[in-house]
Amino acid sequence: MDLLLDGFATALTPTNLLFAVIGVLLGTAVGVLPGIGPAMTVALLLPVTYSVEPSSALIMFAGIYYGGMYGGSTTSILLNTPGESSSVVTALEGNKMAKNGRAAQALATAAIGSFIAGTIGTVLLVILAPNIADLVVKLGAPSYFAIMLLALFAVTAVLGSSKLRGFVALFLGLAIGLIGTTTGQARLTFGEAKLADGIDIVIVAVAIFAIGEALWVAAHLRRKPLDIIPVGQPWMSKSDWGRSWKPWLRGTAFGFPFGALPAGGAEVPTFLSYITERRLTKHPEEFGKGAIEGVAGPEAANNASAAGTLVPLLAIGLPTTATAAVILVAMQNYGLQPGPQFLDANPKLVWGLLASLFIANTLLLVINLPLAPVWAKLLQIPRPYLYAGILFFASLGAYSVNFDAFDLALLGVIGVLGLAMRRFGLPVLPLIIGVILGPRIEDQLTQALAISQGDVATLWSEPVAVVVYIVMALLLVGTVVAGRRAGAVQPDPENQNKQEVSA
Amino acid sequence: MTVVVAWSADEYGAAALAHGVAQAEQKHEDLVVVNVTRGDALVDRRYADDDEIARVTAAVKALGLEVRIAHGVVDDVAAAVVEEIRSTDATLAVVGIRHRSPVGKMLMGSVAQRIILDAPCPVLAVKPEAGTDLV
Repeated sequence: MDLLLDGFATALTPTNLLFAVIGVLLGTAVGVLPGIGPAMTVALLLPVTYSVEPSSALIMFAGIYYGGMYGGSTTSILLNTPGESSSVVTALEGNKMAKNGRAAQALATAAIGSFIAGTIGTVLLVILAPNIADLVVKLGAPSYFAIMLLALFAVTAVLGSSKLRGFVALFLGLAIGLIGTTTGQARLTFGEAKLADGIDIVIVAVAIFAIGEALWVAAHLRRKPLDIIPVGQPWMSKSDWGRSWKPWLRGTAFGFPFGALPAGGAEVPTFLSYITERRLTKHPEEFGKGAIEGVAGPEAANNASAAGTLVPLLAIGLPTTATAAVILVAMQNYGLQPGPQFLDANPKLVWGLLASLFIANTLLLVINLPLAPVWAKLLQIPRPYLYAGILFFASLGAYSVNFDAFDLALLGVIGVLGLAMRRFGLPVLPLIIGVILGPRIEDQLTQALAISQGDVATLWSEPVAVVVYIVMALLLVGTVVAGRRAGAVQPDPENQNKQEVSA
Repeated sequence: MTVVVAWSADEYGAAALAHGVAQAEQKHEDLVVVNVTRGDALVDRRYADDDEIARVTAAVKALGLEVRIAHGVVDDVAAAVVEEIRSTDATLAVVGIRHRSPVGKMLMGSVAQRIILDAPCPVLAVKPEAGTDLV
């Protein structure tokens, strides 16, 4: 508790408070804008880590992460286009509510639910992170190796419709991670001296998120403007409160654990929350036509999952979402290695960050509830201006890594890879996690094998490692069985589609 | 022979439409309403939705005028309006103009200005005032 109070002392200094405000404003803005997300924003802002205090920068990045979760709901509800992948489900009921003239209530339940879930999630984070860190500190290299392998496997196999595409993206990431001479031998450097140190992760992150997305949007620039639903001040009636508070709590219960597991963040829990609310509702006739429960639950779930994501990030150094992965890059830029010792070694930084999450959450409620109509105005910005700015900052960020024009060429090449991945539907998350975790997995593997003097059996010598491998095997069996079942069921939706077309 | 109105779904467009209708009635000519967008922003409030198009069409037809509405996504809004003027051999074009500060002039190219300069026919430039709303 004292530690947390000290944290508030750190977070409430004028400088850090300013960075928190900047973070939540930026986060809400990028959350509102479809295609631009917190991961891209944090990647573009990585150069600030060269000149800003670690605590300030991390407070800003956390604000962006939380803010993105709030902002995404505004676009989902008013435009029927999700601002973020975590708000896809919100659009189902939220946009219907807005079309029925209940946009104000939908925005209100999203913002208040996000606040409540974010606060509960942050409390859980404060309680859990140090305890998990104490457990993890006892683990040896073989267990670490197994846990990271599980993270890679789960992020790739659990997420997305196509496992094959996921694994293609993962191995692309691992291949990029291999470039360099970490082992003493030059690997994948193609005789190019400038590749000998490997490709800086900043460049990979900026290229994949910013350049790839900008090229993708440039290729699809002109489209019919979408109808936006005008909205006044968000507010809720008593019956809306009565119908919202249970979904908020259930959404939190779904969101937090899924955020903490390497299951790719907010998509799965928001979907589960939506299904649960549809089953439990007392107004089943309203679902599909704008039920407030269908907004309250998923919006609470996505914010709780953002808090949950920070548990493995801070306690193990394991990113489970794209944004968490880029925040991890920022920490590494500071020479900080998140993990079990991280909390004890940097109490001021960590507790300041945790305290700032409470502040960010409150700020977000304050700036989102009254200002939702103002944020919606961002959607009127012509995208060429927006993406010109993104490309500028992306190039600046990549160049400032080493002040070497070679990095800009790399930025271009990987940016085109990012465009191709979007074109062919490859998920971006496995790639970025592969780039970040690949070298660390190798590190743990060599360490484990060095201790055991080359005996491979050491890899399953620790109980935690064995448990992790069993979980992986179960996941593998689960996905294969699910895939079989989906294959058996598949003809049905196709028939339905055909019927819809013919009817 | 026609009167072409550059119409945006705001007060400037409303003024242009009201004056365009008045001119078309006087001259006994057909009306062509152009409402196009570059489509590069996710939301463009000046681009009318289908309901508004239907309301405008109905309101103009109620006055006994023939009206055609050009509605869609184009590369260049001013060029699309000028092209419409040329292809219909219009006798008059009507645009709504807004006050622009010196800084505003520097930052933004005006669609109305380019129509006024490029149109082959006389252009009537009107400003919004209370009570000109047709629809």
